[in-house]
Amino acid sequence: MSDAALTHPLVLCIALPLLGAMLVTALPRWSVRLGILAAVATAAAAVALAATVWQQGTLHLMLGGWDRQLAIALRADGIATALVLMANLVALGISVYASGYFHDRVRVRSFWPLWLLLWAGLNGLFLAGDLFNLYVMLELLGIAAAALGALTGNRDAVAANLRYLLVGLLGSISYLLGVALLYTAYGTLDLGLLAAGIADSPQLLAVNAAAMTLMVAGLALKAALFPLHFWLPPAHANAPAPVSAALSALVVKAVFYLILRLWLDLFWPITGMAAAMLPALLGAVAIVWGSWRALRAERLKLLAAYSTVAQIGYLFLFLPLLAATPPGPARDDLLAALLLMAVTHGFAKAGFFLAAGLVQTNAGHDRIDDLGGTAQRLPATTFAIALSGSALIGLPPSGSFIGKWLLMQSAIATGQWWWVIVVTTGSLLASAYVFRVLSRAFGLEPTPMRFITDARAEVPALTLALVSVAVLGLASGPVWTLLGLSAAGVGA
Amino acid sequence: MSWDYAALLPGAIVVSSLLPGVFIFLLDEESHVLRTVLNLFGAVAKLVLVGLLIYGVWLGQVFETRIAIAPGLTLVLNADALSVLFVTLSTVLWLVTTVYAIGYLEHSTNRSRFFGFFSLCVSATVGIALSGNLLTFVIFYEVLTLATYPLVAHRGTPEATRGAKIYLAYTLSGGLLLLVGAVWLRTLTGPVDFVEGGMLGDLSPDLHGQLVVIFALLLAGLGVKAALVPLHGWLPQSMVAPAPVSSLLHAVAVVKAGAFGIVRVVYDVYGVTLASQLGLLTVLGVLASFTIVYGSVLALTQDGLKKRLAYSTVSQVSYIALGTSLLGPVATVGGLVHLVHQGIMKITLFFCAGNYAETLGVAKVSQMDGIGRRMPLTTLAFTVGALGMIGLPPIAGFVSKWYLGLGGVEAGQHWVLVILASSTLLNAGYFLPILYRAWFRPLPAEWPNEHHFGTRFETMHALLWPPVITAVFCLLAGLLAAAPFSPLEWARLIAEREYGL
Repeated sequence: MSDAALTHPLVLCIALPLLGAMLVTALPRWSVRLGILAAVATAAAAVALAATVWQQGTLHLMLGGWDRQLAIALRADGIATALVLMANLVALGISVYASGYFHDRVRVRSFWPLWLLLWAGLNGLFLAGDLFNLYVMLELLGIAAAALGALTGNRDAVAANLRYLLVGLLGSISYLLGVALLYTAYGTLDLGLLAAGIADSPQLLAVNAAAMTLMVAGLALKAALFPLHFWLPPAHANAPAPVSAALSALVVKAVFYLILRLWLDLFWPITGMAAAMLPALLGAVAIVWGSWRALRAERLKLLAAYSTVAQIGYLFLFLPLLAATPPGPARDDLLAALLLMAVTHGFAKAGFFLAAGLVQTNAGHDRIDDLGGTAQRLPATTFAIALSGSALIGLPPSGSFIGKWLLMQSAIATGQWWWVIVVTTGSLLASAYVFRVLSRAFGLEPTPMRFITDARAEVPALTLALVSVAVLGLASGPVWTLLGLSAAGVGA
Repeated sequence: MSWDYAALLPGAIVVSSLLPGVFIFLLDEESHVLRTVLNLFGAVAKLVLVGLLIYGVWLGQVFETRIAIAPGLTLVLNADALSVLFVTLSTVLWLVTTVYAIGYLEHSTNRSRFFGFFSLCVSATVGIALSGNLLTFVIFYEVLTLATYPLVAHRGTPEATRGAKIYLAYTLSGGLLLLVGAVWLRTLTGPVDFVEGGMLGDLSPDLHGQLVVIFALLLAGLGVKAALVPLHGWLPQSMVAPAPVSSLLHAVAVVKAGAFGIVRVVYDVYGVTLASQLGLLTVLGVLASFTIVYGSVLALTQDGLKKRLAYSTVSQVSYIALGTSLLGPVATVGGLVHLVHQGIMKITLFFCAGNYAETLGVAKVSQMDGIGRRMPLTTLAFTVGALGMIGLPPIAGFVSKWYLGLGGVEAGQHWVLVILASSTLLNAGYFLPILYRAWFRPLPAEWPNEHHFGTRFETMHALLWPPVITAVFCLLAGLLAAAPFSPLEWARLIAEREYGL
């Protein structure tokens, strides 16, 4: 390994949080300060990575000195970079919030190493270029996430996250079986080589299809696609707020990213319209069912968790539309819209959970019906919920509004108008559950004297929410440029 | 994207109230002075910018702000004659209402929240007025919904929360229909820019079936805010809002956003000729006529003053849709000029209703006996507004009705005269009894909840002068209807351009 490789932003994005995790484990008394330092450094590396990809296009890197069949391959294209940038900025916000969230020493000392491990797993998953490393990162992510989720130590949280861990392992095993099948057939784990192999061997259809089914089904379980979502609401709702934010906004998104990668890069010769319909139909049910359960939820964090089930559904709706659109600017725009929705949801859901955590700390509970006074007392927090809520509904000017606009446009253009009905139903239900919370913010309680009461917690929540609404909605042009997709379309 | 003066001005007009609004949110509740300064600064700055805009449009300059938000999706703000009409109305009335609101909310709670959202509302309204394409319109239309919701719920009482919920249910559902219609139209034609004379004229006749369905979706979405029957149910419920909100938003901004949208869709998207060919104007005309009569009939039965005014709004706003639905420039003039006239008359009436409630605790028509002697100036302003609504010359409302009637005759639709006549009778039926009570019945022994503000006038200055000023506007708009830059002349200019005369 050359020295240049070590300081490459691709490597730094994964190495810095790992290094941070080791440091906070070795020096537990300094864990908050070292943790924040590692968070800032990692986020800076992610920004540097984005800048490099912006200028140079897709990056590749081989580590370990083996040949391409077995080497540790890293790569960053537009899709990965957009998600890495989102994940790292959100994670930075979560870190700042978390630095003031935990109070007892044991929790502080367990949080930071696990959190930085999770972060390393996230970046690794986005940037890995071969199936085996993807598996390793997936496991790292799953284990760190379940451990973090159980951090409060109460029985509900431990039970929910033990289930989460087992479900995750089941999903990983299914994925690993698929990987084994492919390795037996093609003798390589590199994504690029495998893609070429699958495209060239239509005679191996049975193997390809079996591998795809195993891998996608395993990942769908981890991504909580309906009806495999059962584990998500209790796990996300019972975790400490910063962890809920990371699980809902980032971890689920990373797993979806992996499905998308496999679907588009690896299995594209066999993922036609028929194959795409099933996940999309499940996604449609997820939208309606998840939103409905969110509307019926009694607790704020449970509402947010069910809303994640619904939001994941939207992402799967894009698969048949991508299948029906011939390669070209229209398909690139659709892909960009998909990413914009995923990125917007990342920011919005993190903001929502962080704000929900503040409400919970402040009120001592998060029962929606009794939130009146609390919502009124914390204007900035209520604002964060309102802003991220409107991004969840897909109201303008949020990024998800543009995503939904392009989604519906493509559905009408390709004659799949029924998705329009799904999207509008989902939006109506989402408005109902978001405003069910917001209507508590107007009461006869005394006027709050100040907008911000707890800057370290409220500013990250508000900033994340604001990014999802204003920045991504009105200035999402750079997303398209970063993806290197239809660069000509921007500004024309 | 060029950043010269002409490209910045429309954006600056929107931002001039947005920025003060954002800062107001961040203010401590006790910073009265700073909040008032920010409010008035925003309102005056916007007025100055709009003045520059009118001058420029008059000179024939083109103002356009464009921001690409995604490939193929562009936010366009530009100023044509129609935008200028609505922008000027909202900006002038915003300044007046801001003064009124500062007085009205002097001792109430949550002022930072109120004025913050109030500024957002006006930014959204101005954005609607300046929208250069359907996408931009949809965005600001939804933002207006969101920004108004906290104002309706502002008082925090159970009725307020309920009214706000109903408001939201109607407007968000309508917004979704509008969105689907807009997206569908976008797939047929590419970007839907507003073009004088319409932009769908040369579309293949095979698509006409789809265009009719799209029109139905757009009309359903816009009809909610324009309070077309049967989509009007939210408006009377929203009257729980504080008086400045009812005045500016539910008499001017929100309902006008719907009516303005209908005008835009008919003239600048479909084009009046195509809309007429497809039979869309007939549908609109029937809906508007029914709303005019139905709203007035319901207004007759209301004892709550604000509720009566709300049903009157339901009825009067549909004059705009009626004018739009008649083929011919004269009816267009009548509809468009009513956009302004209804605004200044109704805001006057709502200001007065607010004054009665704040000063004397009077909220019902049955409590208004002799109120003209206790509050003569306010009641005088109310009288001007009410007589204008009935259509008595020389007040503004007469001009609208005259042109609408003339336009109906010109289009060969004589039934319009019947609608106008019955509406006028009904208007008289629900306004004249109020005027009779106010001026001729004896004073009661005691008012329900009387306040003295320590001035020698009937109520505090900030509450008294806004309705007086807008009442003067009502008179001037009628008396000087033929003067250059009057609403009527400006409406004529728009009609000439739409019909390519």
